[in-house]
Amino acid sequence: MGKRILITIYILMISVSFASAETEMADTMRSNGKIYVVVTVLATIFAGIFAFLVYLDRKINKLEKGK
Amino acid sequence: MRKWWWKILCLLLVGYTVVGGMLMPVPRLNILNETIRNLYFHVPMWFTMIVLFSCAFYYSIKYLRTGDLKDDVYALQFTNTGIFFSILGMLTGMEWAQYTWGAAWSNDPKQLGTALSMLIYFAYIILRGGLKDDEKRAKISAVYNVFAFAMMIPLIFILPRMVDSLHPGNGGNPAFKQYDLDSGMRLVFYPAVAGWILLGIWIADLKIRVGMISYKKDFDL
Repeated sequence: MGKRILITIYILMISVSFASAETEMADTMRSNGKIYVVVTVLATIFAGIFAFLVYLDRKINKLEKGK
Repeated sequence: MRKWWWKILCLLLVGYTVVGGMLMPVPRLNILNETIRNLYFHVPMWFTMIVLFSCAFYYSIKYLRTGDLKDDVYALQFTNTGIFFSILGMLTGMEWAQYTWGAAWSNDPKQLGTALSMLIYFAYIILRGGLKDDEKRAKISAVYNVFAFAMMIPLIFILPRMVDSLHPGNGGNPAFKQYDLDSGMRLVFYPAVAGWILLGIWIADLKIRVGMISYKKDFDL
């Protein structure tokens, strides 16, 4: 009887630990180093947007001075 | 003449948000999973919108006091940029909700309140489009903008907190209670908010300067 209870508790504990391990995070992606691909793509887009903003800013600056 | 330091700060902060927001550790929560990182991008859109609308509100009152049409240019462009950020906030929120709440639109009190306040601001643009006389347009839209801002406060900050909502920090809870547990997220979240607000102000600044150039052209100054 005591053995059975022990086994039940053991199985329960295993299933609990499995359930918590099942929460999916980007671990695999990081272990493959592929999250950095996403970071690079995002960084490229933001570099582009900021370059465009700086370009606009300078252009408007010139227009203001031309007046 | 123009000060560049805050634009460089903006670039650094948003750059840090993009990289740190993707790579820094976040709490492991069911359903949310990695989407919790959206906090660094979706929430600052609203903060930026609120700051820009506050600036527009300030310049509308200033216009009513001084009658200077330049203040009207400021109010208009701050509102325009605020509307732009509100649309971004709404779209990112709906994308996030689709995969965590199960539907892009679930008539959440905060979604409804925000949608109403966006409609009020859309009406500001339509109202301006309907008036041809510069002085009249500036005066009526300044009065309307004060009303729009006064409506936004209860619609976004008060009403959603009085009822149950899917948004964290609503239904009687103070905002950020959940995140207070995780100081790691604050390391990215606060710089993110500052960076996005600066970006919003930068875009508004560009639009104002363009508005000023055409204003001076119209009046041959």
